[in-house]
Amino acid sequence: MESFDFVEVKVPAKAEYIGVVRLSTSGIANRMGFSFEDIEDLKVAISEAITNAVKHAYEDSGEGEITIGFGVYEDRLEVMVADHGGSFNLGEVKEDIGPYQQDDNIEELREGGFGLFLIDALMDKVEINSKYGVIVLMTKYLHETEVGQNGDQISTTQ
Amino acid sequence: MNLTIDVTNKENLAYLSLSGEVDAFTAPKLKEALLPLTKEEGQTVEVDLQDVNYMDSTGLGVFISALKSTKEHNSEMRLVHLQERVYRLFKITGLTEIITIDSAVRGEK
Repeated sequence: MESFDFVEVKVPAKAEYIGVVRLSTSGIANRMGFSFEDIEDLKVAISEAITNAVKHAYEDSGEGEITIGFGVYEDRLEVMVADHGGSFNLGEVKEDIGPYQQDDNIEELREGGFGLFLIDALMDKVEINSKYGVIVLMTKYLHETEVGQNGDQISTTQ
Repeated sequence: MNLTIDVTNKENLAYLSLSGEVDAFTAPKLKEALLPLTKEEGQTVEVDLQDVNYMDSTGLGVFISALKSTKEHNSEMRLVHLQERVYRLFKITGLTEIITIDSAVRGEK
């Protein structure tokens, strides 16, 4: 079996702790050698998952804990965010995600609908399991040579 | 890990200078400061994001509410000096198409 390090962080399901997990995330990603851009992507994606978990915890009882597990592999980081509270209707959530389209009416724009869409856009792989509470499992690969990705940018370094 | 909001008013321009992070914790504070300003007819609300080094969908949500409010109350809103990373989120979500963003003077940090 592939070996990996596992880091677990448990925080109260409160918005003020989301930033704390962001700091842990950037610490771990930085240690693994992710680029600055990838670290920023990871911070947003993980915050989105925790924000969702906090919202659901709040709707249910206003308390609870969120568990974040980091699987540190040679070539990738797997992050699991689990709210051990109520589950949501995955079908409903999926219908709600997606970028803004030119022909969408501004009145109908979803104020809270970008969370899962961003997770999907910023991570390489996303899986959601809502069997026991909601677990979001996200993966980001460590790309050692990123030639293609920044190829369209012009360097302005002097 | 906080958000500081400074508001200056001159005639029909309300200038909001933000500094820090916009996430689920700080977004309500931003909404509270921004929304009332968009409810004044004829007002232009300029939001300076130069010192915002982190934002997620909760921040985008606040700007969507504010945009809706400007349409209702005949006011305007524009975002200026966005850092590259923050601008990217508006781009990915397609919001650059409907929110006025002064990208020519995007802040580089």
